[in-house]
Amino acid sequence: MTNILKSTVALLSVLVAFTSCDTASKSNSGALSSSAAEKVYVAPGEHDEFYAFISGGFSGQLSVYGLPSGRLFKVIPVFSQDAEKAYGYNEETKPMLNTSHGFVPWDDSHHPDISQTNGVVDGRWVFINGNNTPRIAKIDLSTFETTEIIEVPNSAGNHSSSFVTENSEYVVAGTRFSIPIPQKDMPIKDYKGNFKGALSFISIDPEHGHMAIKFQLIMPGFDYDLSHPGRGKSHGWFFFTTYNTEEASTLLEVNASQNDKDFIAAVNWKKIEDYVNNGGGTMMPANYAHNVYDEATHSATSTMKKEVRVVNPLDVPGAVYFLPTPKSPHGCDVDPTGEYIVGNGKLSANLTVHSFTKMLDAIENNKVAGDAYGIPILNFEDVLAGVVEQPGLGPLHTEFDGRGNAYTTFFISSEVVKWKLGTWEVVDRQPCYYSVGHLMIPGGNSQKPWGKYVVAMNKITKDRYLPTGPEVTQSAQLYDISGEKMELLLDFPTIGEPHYAAGCPADLIKPRSKKLYKLEDNKHPYATLSEADAKVVRDGKTVHVYMTTIRSHFAPDNIEGIKVGDKVYFHVTNLEQDYDVPHGVSIIGANTSELLIMPGQTETFQWEPEQVGVWPFYCTDFCSALHQEMQGYVRVSPANSNTPLKWSLGEDIE
Amino acid sequence: MKRSNIIMFIAALLPLGVFLFPLWKITLEAPQYPIPLGMYIHINDFSDVHPHDIKNINLMNHYVGMKYIPEVIPEFKIFPIGIIITTVIGLIIAFKGTYKWFLFWFILMIVISSAGLYDFYLWEHDYGHNLDPKAIMKFTNPDGSVMGFQPPLFGSKDILNFRAHSYPRLGAFFLGLGIAASFIAYLIGKKNKQKSAS
Repeated sequence: MTNILKSTVALLSVLVAFTSCDTASKSNSGALSSSAAEKVYVAPGEHDEFYAFISGGFSGQLSVYGLPSGRLFKVIPVFSQDAEKAYGYNEETKPMLNTSHGFVPWDDSHHPDISQTNGVVDGRWVFINGNNTPRIAKIDLSTFETTEIIEVPNSAGNHSSSFVTENSEYVVAGTRFSIPIPQKDMPIKDYKGNFKGALSFISIDPEHGHMAIKFQLIMPGFDYDLSHPGRGKSHGWFFFTTYNTEEASTLLEVNASQNDKDFIAAVNWKKIEDYVNNGGGTMMPANYAHNVYDEATHSATSTMKKEVRVVNPLDVPGAVYFLPTPKSPHGCDVDPTGEYIVGNGKLSANLTVHSFTKMLDAIENNKVAGDAYGIPILNFEDVLAGVVEQPGLGPLHTEFDGRGNAYTTFFISSEVVKWKLGTWEVVDRQPCYYSVGHLMIPGGNSQKPWGKYVVAMNKITKDRYLPTGPEVTQSAQLYDISGEKMELLLDFPTIGEPHYAAGCPADLIKPRSKKLYKLEDNKHPYATLSEADAKVVRDGKTVHVYMTTIRSHFAPDNIEGIKVGDKVYFHVTNLEQDYDVPHGVSIIGANTSELLIMPGQTETFQWEPEQVGVWPFYCTDFCSALHQEMQGYVRVSPANSNTPLKWSLGEDIE
Repeated sequence: MKRSNIIMFIAALLPLGVFLFPLWKITLEAPQYPIPLGMYIHINDFSDVHPHDIKNINLMNHYVGMKYIPEVIPEFKIFPIGIIITTVIGLIIAFKGTYKWFLFWFILMIVISSAGLYDFYLWEHDYGHNLDPKAIMKFTNPDGSVMGFQPPLFGSKDILNFRAHSYPRLGAFFLGLGIAASFIAYLIGKKNKQKSAS
C-alpha cells in the first residue's frame, strides 16, 4: 500500500513536472505567435507584398491570394463554368470550354506557372494545366482573365504540366497516362510496349503569348508525373519524372511499385527544336481545340486543329536520356543554378539529387548502362550529385530560396524539411497540418527566388478549422524562411484542392493591372457604344437587344413585341468608364447565369421566353445609390400575336 | 532698347503661357474616389486629370440635377482672341510706348482678367444652382432654400460627400507674372524717366 502511495506520488510529481514544462513552452509559443501575427498583419488599406496564384484542383479554377496575409482576392475561372462571372455561360466565353469531346464544363487544374524572362519571373501570364481533358490555359495578368486554352492531343491525365522554360519559349505538357497513339480499340492487357506517352512542347508567342503545339515527343509507355525545365547552365533541357516503368495497366499501387528505380527523362529540347525547324518529325492527323479570347471583341473563338507534329526520340540521337531515380519519383525540381535535379522518390526514404554537369560528362563519355525502347539509360552513380539521407517519409516536391537551401515536402511524415544543396545536410524541419503536397516559394522554381516565405499546401485539414460537415476546407500554411529556422506564421483556407502555386512580388503585376476597358476600343460585333444606338432588332424568330448600362439605368428599359418561342440575345454594353463600376443583369427565368459586365465591355446572354407576361430584369451588382431603381420590363406576347416591336427609355412606350 | 522696354516685352509674351498650360484645376475628393476626380480648365478647353474624369463628374452630378459640363463654351473662342489681342498691344507698347503705356497695359490686363474670373464665377454659380427640377436627389439648406453645389472660385469647400478644391495652375501663373512684370516695367521706366529728368 505504501509502495502504491509512493509510486502514485512519484507519478504525480512527474506529471506536474511535465505540465509545468508544457506551460513554459506554451507561454513561449504565445510570445512567438504574437510576432507571427505581426508578420502576417497587413493593415486595412495596405497591400500585400506578394501575389500567390494557387490552383483550385478539382474546382478547375485558379485563386489569387495575397502574401503574407493569406487573403483571397479573386477566383479566376479557367476550366470550369462560373455563374458568378458568366464564364462558360455567356455567348462570349462558351467557346473557351470547347474541346474535341465537345463542351467540357469542368476540369482539374493543377500546376500554375508564371512566364519568365531570362530565368526570372516576369508577371505577364500564368499558365495552368487541365488534368482530366488535357488542356493548357493562359491567364493574362493585366486583366486576370483566362484568354487562351489549347487542348493537348495524344495525352491523357495532363499532369507533368504546365511548366515554362526560362525565356517563356515553351510551356510543356507531359502525359500521366500512356495510351494508344493514335487512339484505337485494343485490349487493355496489351498495354506493355504498345501504349505511348506524349510530351508536348507548346510554343509561346513572345508578344501576345499565343500558344501552338510545336512538337510532341512520343515516349515509351510510362507515366510521366512531373517536370521542370533546366535553367542557367541547363537551359535547353527539360526533366520529367516517371513512374510505372513496369508498364502495368492494373492495380498500379502494387504493380507500378516493383522497380527499385524508375527514371527521370532528360530531354534536350533545343536539339529537337533544331531537328523540327529543319523539317524533322512527322505530321499526324489529330483533332484538338484552340480557344482564344480576344480583348478587343470581348469574345472567344474556338478553332479545331487537324494535325500535330510528332517526333520519335530515336530519330534524334542524343536528345533523350534516362536517369535512374529511386522509387516512383514524383516532383522533379531544378535548383536556381540549373546544376541540381531533385528527384523526389515518393516511396524512398532518401532524396536523390542528380548533377547536370555529371550527366553531361556521362553522355560525353558514352557511359551508358543500357536502354529502354532504344533510349539510353545512364548509370545511377555517374549522374548522382548526392543523397539527402533519411530526411523524412514520402518526399513530393522541392523549392529553393536562392541562398543555397532547398525545401522539400514530405507527405507521409507531414512536414517541410530544409536542407543544404551540396552538403545534403538537413537544417530544419517543421510540421504541416496535415499531409502536405506541393510547396511554393515566390520565384522558387526560377533562377531568382524571393526567399522570404514558403507556402505549404496540404491535402488534409481534419481539426484545423471550424468543422463544416463531412467536407472540410482545404488549406495552405505560410512559413517565414528568412532565418536559419523556419517559422509557421499562418494557416489559411483555400478553394478546391490546392496543388501547385506560383508567386511573385506584387510590384511586378500591380502597375499593369487594367482598371477598365476603353469604350472606343470595344470591337464587339454587337457593341452599343452610346444610348442613342440602343435598339431591338428582329431577325425571324431571333431577336437581338442592343442594350447599354450606365448609372443607374438600362437603355432600353421597356421592350415590347417579344413573342413566346423567340430566341432573344441581350447584348449588354457597360458604358461606364470608371474603375470598379461593373453592372450585372439577368431576367426572370433565364436558363443561364447573370452577366457581370466590366466598364467598357460587352457581354451577351440568351433567353428563350416560354410564358406570356411582362417579365422584369434588373442590375445584379450594387452599382450606385440608385441601384435598386436599375430595372426594366420585357413584354412577352403569344407566338401568333401582332404586338409591334418597340423599345424605350424614360418615356411611355406609346 | 531700354531695360524697362525689355521687361515690358517679356511681360507681353508671358500670358501666351495660357496656351501651353491649364489655367485652373478643380479636384473632387470623396471616399469612393481614393484617386480624386479632377478637371483642368484651359483657355480653350476642359480636360480630364485622369482619363474619363469629366464623364464621371457628370455621372455623379446628374444625381443632384446638375447639367453636364459642356464640351464647348463661347469663352473658348473669346478668351484666346482676347489674350492674342492684348499680347499684340503689349508688344507694340514694348517697342513704341513709354512707361505710361506700360501702366495702361497693366490696368487693361487687370480689368480683363477680373472680367474673366467674374465670368468663371457666373458659370460656376449657374452650374451649381441651375438644377434640373426633376433631380433624383434634392437637398435643402438649414434655412429651407435649395442647396447649391457651386465649387469654390478659389480654395476648398465641402459639397455633400465631396471635398472640392479649386486652385490656379501654371497658365494662370504665367498670366499673373506677365501682369506683374508690366507693373515692374512701369516702375523702372518711371524711375529712369525721373533720373533722366533730374
